[in-house]
Amino acid sequence: MTQEAENSVLRAEQINKYFTDPVEFHVLKDISLEIKRGEFVSIMGKSGCGKSTLLYILSTMDTEYSGNLYLKEQLLNGQSGTQLARIRSESIGFIFQFHYLLSEFTILQNVMLPALKLGAKSKSEIKKDAMAKLELLDIADQAHKIASKISGGQKQRVAIARALINSPDIIMADEPTGNLDSKNSDNVFNILRDLSHKEQLSLLVVTHDQDFAEKTDRVITMEDGRIIT
Amino acid sequence: MNWPVILSISKTHLLSRLKQSVIAALGVTFGIGTFIILVSFMTGLNNLLDGLILNRTPHVHVYNEVRPSEKQPLDFDIRFNESLNIIHSIKPKFTQERIHNALPLISHFKADQRVKGVTPLVRAQAFYAAGSLQMNGLLNGIDIIEEVRLFKIDDYIFEGEANALKRTANGILLGIGIAKKLSLHVGDNVQIISSRGDNFQLKIVGFYQSGLAEIDNVQSYVNLKTAQQILGEGDNYVTDINIKLHELDEAVAMASEIESNFDLTAIDINEANAQFETGTSIRNIITYAVSITLLVVAGFGIYNILNMLIYEKMNDIAILKATGFSGTDVKYIFISQALIIGMIGGILGLVFGYGISVIIDNTPFVTEALPTIKTFPVNWNPIYYFIGIGFALLSTFLAGYLPARRAEHIDPIEIIRGQ
Repeated sequence: MTQEAENSVLRAEQINKYFTDPVEFHVLKDISLEIKRGEFVSIMGKSGCGKSTLLYILSTMDTEYSGNLYLKEQLLNGQSGTQLARIRSESIGFIFQFHYLLSEFTILQNVMLPALKLGAKSKSEIKKDAMAKLELLDIADQAHKIASKISGGQKQRVAIARALINSPDIIMADEPTGNLDSKNSDNVFNILRDLSHKEQLSLLVVTHDQDFAEKTDRVITMEDGRIIT
Repeated sequence: MNWPVILSISKTHLLSRLKQSVIAALGVTFGIGTFIILVSFMTGLNNLLDGLILNRTPHVHVYNEVRPSEKQPLDFDIRFNESLNIIHSIKPKFTQERIHNALPLISHFKADQRVKGVTPLVRAQAFYAAGSLQMNGLLNGIDIIEEVRLFKIDDYIFEGEANALKRTANGILLGIGIAKKLSLHVGDNVQIISSRGDNFQLKIVGFYQSGLAEIDNVQSYVNLKTAQQILGEGDNYVTDINIKLHELDEAVAMASEIESNFDLTAIDINEANAQFETGTSIRNIITYAVSITLLVVAGFGIYNILNMLIYEKMNDIAILKATGFSGTDVKYIFISQALIIGMIGGILGLVFGYGISVIIDNTPFVTEALPTIKTFPVNWNPIYYFIGIGFALLSTFLAGYLPARRAEHIDPIEIIRGQ
């Protein structure tokens, strides 16, 4: 049991969520799931099945739900916004569909910011870490460019580097390959898989790319707010 | 709170839209600059105008007034106590013009803790003689050293100097109007005929100019002793006593105290110049109203620019929140931007205001009323600079606070989903 508990990175119990605007709508119905250390999980489903909504709840950004959410067996619901921001900063990395970099900052600054905010290391250490992550993703040569000046595929890799900077326990991604061509898409998948297998990093990816999902360790399929497999 | 990170984000935001930031800061600069100019100049002018009155006017003026007795002989008769007495054609009671026991009275006033100084005054009617022509005149016998100390009479002396009167026993500070009429210069003699018909030769040691032609055509200053001689009176003959207090506010109490203790008339400065305080306070209200309006306008400019900035930065806000920045961090990012704009704009405004004030202070300003003033008056009180920078920070903080609070509560999911 203790072994089991240590292995659990993220656990959700009986998550229910309603949208009330414009009419009441039951988006998520009794969702329970668990993600273990080093597991590469994808969530599949049609548009509107609630998979993105679930991801935002699991990511602690959305707090309007009922049910229990545990990160490394620590109960998350009921914590204040500032505490949740700190938990996100320490333990969760994000990758969005539209790469979402701060366009006025350089690549290096973008990668460094979450670590600077966490403030666990000195600035020079953070800079070294950030360069190492950029190296890992093969974009170190772009480090001093402004974020708005690089290509889409490069931006997505910068976003992955940023997600890794605080050595999180889990990385969550919302359609990380959604607007990339197949070559870049494969590239991103390979990077994520390597991270998962070599660094024992848990990954939770929302996608509706069938090929992408089939290559992951486990596929969770959702329909109408429920997990069906 | 991780201030270096927050400030470095603010800096990047401000520098990446330098033009907007500069315009917002210039708004503050002009607001604060104008405030400094307006307030320094207006209060400088106020002090000058107040000085015109306050320097010249004693806080309490004590003299013997000619007036009818309050109790007529009829009132002393008990038989008419119950009746309504009406007396027509009441004449003033005969009193001497001098203040009785003036010298002990002066030492008594001087001993009072509240009193800064006391000067005796002898008013003497006389004529200025020029050939066959005689012109009406009023000679004020004064203690010149005390007058300079308490009432700054030297500010109104034109040519010559006040101390020369002390050195010259038969000296006179001649009104500028008379001097012009009689074509007299400093160093000349002027002939005075007293009301009793005696002739006196007085030596002109300077000219006196009050700025009021009526006074300058009549009034001159001589030594106390000269005035007493002209009147043929002794050392203890004093017609008026002027008192200057440490605190202007005590004038009213002091005046009524003197009236009740001694059989004398005592006029306090508020009674003598009721209009002066009204003028001062209205000028102050106008100054502050205009300044605050300017600063509020500058504040709206900053509010607008920050509001626009936050609309443009919705994505950034969502990313910052998703990557571990709390709502409070985001709020401080925007408030710090507002305060940086306020700080830079405010300091430039102080420099700008100071510069223009220096120019005003060196602009020639010639007035008949104050012969010693050569340039426009400016008040250099540093308190206005503190108020200026304080208001700059306060108004930019308020202008930044509302948009920043909105940024604090932006839901990152809505932005990320909405894309």
